[in-house]
Amino acid sequence: MRSVLFWILALAAVGSSLTMITRSKPVHSAIAFLGTLVSLAGLFLLLYAQFVAILQIVIYAGAILVLFLFVIMLLHARSGEGSVEKLRLQRPLAIVLSLALLAGVSFLFLQAGLSEAPTPAAGMGTAEEVGKTLFDHFILPFEVASVLLLAGILGAVVLSKKESWS
Amino acid sequence: MGPLWVVLAITAVKSLVVIVALLTAFAYMTWLERRLVSRFQVRIGPNRVGPFGLLQPVADGIKLFFKEDFMPSGADRALYFIAPGLAMVTAFTAFAVIPFGPPEVKLWGVPLLQIANPNAGILFILAVSSIGLYGIILGGWSSNSKYPLLGALRSSAQMISYELGVGLTLVSVILLSGTLQLPQIVEQQTLTWFGFLPRWNIFVIPVGPLAFLLFLIGATAETNRAPFDLPESEQELTAGYHTEYGGMKFAAFFVAEYVNLVTASAVAVTLFFGGWDGPFVDQVPLLGVLWFIAKVFAFVFFFIWLRATLPRVRYDQLMDLGWKLLVPLAILNLAITSAIVLIWPSLGGG
Repeated sequence: MRSVLFWILALAAVGSSLTMITRSKPVHSAIAFLGTLVSLAGLFLLLYAQFVAILQIVIYAGAILVLFLFVIMLLHARSGEGSVEKLRLQRPLAIVLSLALLAGVSFLFLQAGLSEAPTPAAGMGTAEEVGKTLFDHFILPFEVASVLLLAGILGAVVLSKKESWS
Repeated sequence: MGPLWVVLAITAVKSLVVIVALLTAFAYMTWLERRLVSRFQVRIGPNRVGPFGLLQPVADGIKLFFKEDFMPSGADRALYFIAPGLAMVTAFTAFAVIPFGPPEVKLWGVPLLQIANPNAGILFILAVSSIGLYGIILGGWSSNSKYPLLGALRSSAQMISYELGVGLTLVSVILLSGTLQLPQIVEQQTLTWFGFLPRWNIFVIPVGPLAFLLFLIGATAETNRAPFDLPESEQELTAGYHTEYGGMKFAAFFVAEYVNLVTASAVAVTLFFGGWDGPFVDQVPLLGVLWFIAKVFAFVFFFIWLRATLPRVRYDQLMDLGWKLLVPLAILNLAITSAIVLIWPSLGGG
């Protein structure tokens, strides 16, 4: 049962990712990305990480991707088709970067060895456990990340206020 | 619990019953809303089809079913079809975690009066409704028309803004209850104070009433109801994001809106008014369902009343209210709640 679900979700994730990078309309890409996010949330569920799965949807699908769509629609309201602005070195750069990513990921896999994934403990991904781990083990990175986000918000405020100052 | 197939079968039957109930509720809410708004405006409203116009929803359904299935020119074919379905499916899915009766009512160890009880509980509703937003955005964009696009943009901006305030308000309720799971949140409210006053979250002075007020405003905005119905304000945008939809596809959007209203009412009841809690529920557990329905109905009536009473706000007023009033008040409420729970831990679930 679990491996069947895993294969369905994994294929859906890879398929929608491929769709995302091959569409010409940005809105279609964004919707394909939504598919990727939802399949990833399903994979988290298979690992008993309910809380992480829900957060994946609430934050990525519910906030970030909606803002993407927002920008796409405001910029290319009529067709949703971007006038594709190509950087000069876009293609070679993309190939180099994705090869580097592939190398890094395969290095990690080969180092760890391809073995059967251990079955996670059932209570591992609940809200309680995630909260405890976050505020116990990872309290420093957690707080640093929040300061970083605050800086981002302040930056946005300052940038949008710029005109009224002069 | 029984074997897997038993659990699956019971869940499927439960879902089916809930879907049919919600569809019926939708049909009669359209009738109720038209009748009530007419009354509020000293008109009579639809009273021709059947006694009191009770068959009006059936007539409407038949009419919508036989409408021409058209597509605006230049529409984005796939997304134009997906959008109403997405909106409707997510509206139904969100209801899955609402407990509409005591958990003691079981069949082969499976609680009958709630479809699913995930650990993330209330967050599930937030997650599903955030997917539902895509139905509106895509519907507005794929129609290739100005008004729907404007409606969709307004709707998404409004829902993102108010989700923040609602989310923060929910956190204070979660703090009071010490759990994310809705059955436990209701269970805690079945206790009493001084032996007679129900311990519903609305009665937790001062944070309960404030949280409820914030939630109510936020929920009205998130369900795109008047006075926050700017995404479909008919004087400016014809009908908003579903202007270019007709027939059953329009009906799907309509169903989604009303089911979302029911879900919002049900969440308000569950979080603040003790869910299925009521007199004699401990003797007759099934009575809880009736209490639940009665409370939800009271909220639905309230939302209709609100629509008939208040004029629509302006867009800048809407955004000001959301960001400059709702969010700060929600944060303040959260701080007070945290302090209270810290001082009297017995109030929180811990």
